[in-house]
Amino acid sequence: MTSFEEIATLVKSRSGLTLGPDKTYLLETRLEAIARRLGVAGYEALAPLLRHDRLLQAEVVEALTTNETLFFRDTRPFDHVRTVGVPRLLAGRPGNAPLRVWSAAASTGQEAYSLAMLFSEMGAALCGRAVQILGTDIARIPLARAREGLYSQFEVQRGLPARMLVKYFRKEDESWRLIKPIRDMVEFREWNLLSDAGSLGRFDIIFCRNVLIYFDPPTKSRVLEMLTARLVPGGLLFLGAAESVTGLTSSLRPVGGEHFVFEVPRVAATVG
Amino acid sequence: MEAVMTPTNQSVATRILVVDDSRVVRKVARRILEEAGYDVAEAGDGAQALAQCHVTLPDVVLLDWNMPVMNGIDCLRGLRRDFGPDEPSVILCTTENGADFIVSAIEAGAQEYIMKPFDDAILIGKLEQLGLTGRRQ
Repeated sequence: MTSFEEIATLVKSRSGLTLGPDKTYLLETRLEAIARRLGVAGYEALAPLLRHDRLLQAEVVEALTTNETLFFRDTRPFDHVRTVGVPRLLAGRPGNAPLRVWSAAASTGQEAYSLAMLFSEMGAALCGRAVQILGTDIARIPLARAREGLYSQFEVQRGLPARMLVKYFRKEDESWRLIKPIRDMVEFREWNLLSDAGSLGRFDIIFCRNVLIYFDPPTKSRVLEMLTARLVPGGLLFLGAAESVTGLTSSLRPVGGEHFVFEVPRVAATVG
Repeated sequence: MEAVMTPTNQSVATRILVVDDSRVVRKVARRILEEAGYDVAEAGDGAQALAQCHVTLPDVVLLDWNMPVMNGIDCLRGLRRDFGPDEPSVILCTTENGADFIVSAIEAGAQEYIMKPFDDAILIGKLEQLGLTGRRQ
């Protein structure tokens, strides 16, 4: 087994992420800092060190599974939540139960906090419902950053409208920190999408965008089935614009002809 | 002038007026924007920018704050006085990054705000955030 295959096998078993031979650049760039710190030449020399070092294994998996993210990445899902998703969910489930929202690949928190700001902006349109947002990720270090809610000048300029920057952030030296009421809307937890998510409960809205693209078809199906089982009847699953459920699950159908939001038909949901 | 729909001009490049007294900044912005498919014009200060807008109104003005002759805020107020609150979209651009500066820009009628130095990800990202891609339909 080559060093690449050895690392790819480890990453697949831990995270489900499939690293094909075309991804050698990813190992070269993302593992460079770890290799340099350990005084070895490149990822090829890391492989033997990984075999008996569980901490190093975790660090390598984390380095290869951390995704770039930005505030309000692709505005359409957020517009959909505001104009279609929430009104539908509230109409379908009268009462006072909080809306539960899951950002399933939260990374450094921009998606979860974008949702928190979106719900904060919705105000009275939420009809008094509380909103609970859970942000999970397999990678520990990005989650620690997410909990801090502190972002660089560069990060707050990417996707975040200036009006929301001044409303929801406070300047701290050269960085910007989200205000506490927004931070308090989100709980972050370390979580592997391949594990049984039953203990997380059920959600009205799940965002799991630009994650499935990294999985092989059987893993995509498995993750989609898990996500489907976590949706309340009528709940909505948002995937990345380039992602599809075709051929992977029959439990989900697109909502309103949009290719990025799916629901569990009510009959299927009551069985799950 | 009425557009004639032909296969070659069904989409028109979004027009951006880059206003900055630094020729280097204008050059960098022009390169980033043209590579992304935007149509770029330049002005060296706020007065020139206002005059150009009265000849051809761009879709977006990327407007520096600190300039001689007429600064960005005064130019922005002139644009809002002459063309109304929505057109053209204005992205105010400066090295000042305090919340109070951003609030002033929004209150004066800017749609967005970017801080120097900017790169292609920030600039193109802001334009896309405003719904303005390189080529409009």
